[in-house]
Amino acid sequence: MVHPFLYLEWAEQQLNTHLGTHVTYTWVVMLILIAAGFAASRSIKMVPAGFQNFMEVVVGGVESLIDETMGPKGKKYFPLIATLALFILVSNLIALIPGFFPPTANLNTNAALALIVFSMTHIIGFKEHGLHYFNHFTGPILALAPLMFIIEVIGHLARPVSLTLRLFGNMYGHEIVLLIFFGLVPFLAPLPMMFMGVLVAFIQTFVFSLLAMIYIAGALEEAH
Amino acid sequence: MEFFTWCMIAAGFGMAIGAFGTGLGQGIAIKSAVEGVARNPAASGKILTTMMIGLAMIESLAIYVFVVAMIILFANPFSAQVIELLSK
Repeated sequence: MVHPFLYLEWAEQQLNTHLGTHVTYTWVVMLILIAAGFAASRSIKMVPAGFQNFMEVVVGGVESLIDETMGPKGKKYFPLIATLALFILVSNLIALIPGFFPPTANLNTNAALALIVFSMTHIIGFKEHGLHYFNHFTGPILALAPLMFIIEVIGHLARPVSLTLRLFGNMYGHEIVLLIFFGLVPFLAPLPMMFMGVLVAFIQTFVFSLLAMIYIAGALEEAH
Repeated sequence: MEFFTWCMIAAGFGMAIGAFGTGLGQGIAIKSAVEGVARNPAASGKILTTMMIGLAMIESLAIYVFVVAMIILFANPFSAQVIELLSK
């Protein structure tokens, strides 16, 4: 398996730093998102045109999705969900540009995002319900409460693991398949895989942000 | 030397069984989704969204198998010890 050539990895080797490609490419994604933010809001018009129109469609889409999943109480968490969705989308899409490495193909980035979602669900749960948040873990029958507590805790701990591994496996697996295709038949054969890469990028973004919304909505709702 | 042979066999067969189960599961999910759209074409938006989420959930099981196969092949924690034992 040939190691791919990445621009920032070469730059790092020249400067002799050991930051890791996932950190430097996260900076690239940050630059892209900040530049897009500036470009969309430079001259805001009442009737949008061009790039501002496109960003309004994106923002409107995320808002309607949040309204559908979390109800009116979810409006507060729009910045968190939208940031997660946009960051993961741009990170997944730069995987298809030769010479760039998606930061979501590294376990560390995904673990960070999943831990953010995990800690937010519990912080929001405690803020919303106080100590009654523990009622979420005990289930309907009081006699079985200790057993239900253990089962619920295991279920909750499985959530960040599954979020991390799902995104990591999809992105890293796609990178490896592209590597192998480029090694075997570089002429036109990787193209179908790259189309699937675009599809997988959008679907994984959608699934990650939808699951984050569902977990937060589950912490916000009333326990029985 | 047999350690590495078994590593290859484990990774290959593991991925095959994982893909087999995922194929069956996703097939059943898509069957129900297509039937739902056929009965009620106006609801196709919601049905497709739900189907996509379900497919991603089922796909993640195959991806766990893939991650384990990658760990066995490329990040094997025992290969250093095995190489040391073999070189003696």
